Amino acid sequence: MRMARIFWTTAILSGVLWASRAVGGEAYVIEQKDKQFVYKGKKITVLKLKVGDVVEFRNVDSFFHNVFSLSDVKMFDLGSYPQGQSKSVQFDKPGKVEIECAIHPQMHMTVEVK
Amino acid sequence: MLRLNSKFGQARRSFLAPALRFFLIAIGALAAHPCLAQELSATSFAAERQIFRLPSEIPAPPENLPTPERVELGKMLFFDPRLSGSNWISCASCHNPSLGWSDGLPTGVGDGMRALGRKTPSLVNSGFNTINMWDGRAPTLEAQAWTPMLESAEMHGSEEAILVKLKAIPGYVSAFAKAYPGEGITKETIGKAIASFERTIISRDSPFDRWVAGEDSALSDSAKRGFALFTGKANCTACHQGSNFTDQGFHNLGLKGSADPGRFAIVPVRISRGAFKTPTLRDVTLTAPYMHNGAYRTLDEVIDHYDRGGDAKENLDPNMRPLGLTDQEKRDLVEFLKGLTGKQQPVVLPRLPQ
Repeated sequence: MRMARIFWTTAILSGVLWASRAVGGEAYVIEQKDKQFVYKGKKITVLKLKVGDVVEFRNVDSFFHNVFSLSDVKMFDLGSYPQGQSKSVQFDKPGKVEIECAIHPQMHMTVEVK
Repeated sequence: MLRLNSKFGQARRSFLAPALRFFLIAIGALAAHPCLAQELSATSFAAERQIFRLPSEIPAPPENLPTPERVELGKMLFFDPRLSGSNWISCASCHNPSLGWSDGLPTGVGDGMRALGRKTPSLVNSGFNTINMWDGRAPTLEAQAWTPMLESAEMHGSEEAILVKLKAIPGYVSAFAKAYPGEGITKETIGKAIASFERTIISRDSPFDRWVAGEDSALSDSAKRGFALFTGKANCTACHQGSNFTDQGFHNLGLKGSADPGRFAIVPVRISRGAFKTPTLRDVTLTAPYMHNGAYRTLDEVIDHYDRGGDAKENLDPNMRPLGLTDQEKRDLVEFLKGLTGKQQPVVLPRLPQ
């Protein structure tokens, strides 16, 4: 009985997770921290994603940042926003996306979408 | 400041409320007293100061580590007007060591006495830059050295003519051989030598630096209050960050009457319109006039500009806002900025090879 319950709970949860991926893709949080792009607490230069994945760019610094990309694959300008605010980008096409901060050119990362 | 009215007026009857009210009033009175503010600044900011500690080593790329030969060669080239088309303009003509490594003019003057569009940047501490020029078009000092040389409005030189001139001067041939053995006289070695010299243009040991190192009396009380404002109410560290007082970033300060696109010419993103690189504030007392177009002659004018939150509101950097500074606070900020003047070192002029 117990095994069955575990099995079904796992199956349903997996189903829910799988369904959510098909709908919105996985979500990643990239922080703008100390004038760097930071993922899970470490500076990041390359992020590998799948088509449909979403990246939330969260400003953690006490001054403004302006994340943008001029790559053909995904062109965007998030505008400038202050500490505590976020903007998200969904990567809907495969390819390489060069992402920078327009204010601080030392902030640079690449997103590789497959 | 303190809201003494609503909360405690409506408070449930508690024997604590009157005592708390007295306590809060006492604290408020103490905080408002000027003596307390001064006392705070004498011994505190110990942690905040350390962010501004200037590194003892100046960064250099591995293919161009400094040597005395490289610095000497770079100095000769820096002061040599033969690198220009007219044989009259050298790097030092505009980056004049006697005028804070700038030229004291609102905008530079180039070939044929033509007025240029932007203020000559000071080279002070440019060795710490991660990007160069007002619009950031030059990534390194090595690259930047060639930009004015080849610009027809500036030094009006050509790569070919410069190489021919230098190779014809035996003094330069041997100097290059000593500085960059086996590399010859090339565009690369010329840029590298000039950059090596520029990396020695360092401002350090200012009163501020001594205060950062722990010498509490190095700054006046006014300057210490200025530091508190600089890192607090006046919001200067939104851009003037770190030991060299620059975030190496680009901002539009809302200067009146400037149509210069600035950074936008390199990075065509909306926020880059009219944005220019944050310069260092070290030796700022020596590098007037200020801003990318030399708009302000005095630091008072600069501070007033920031206090107003800039003038041209179109595409203004979001960090800019009216500050509400009192006259005393403005004076304190100026006193702080005066404390950033480094210990001036003599500059020995080179004899140029014939």
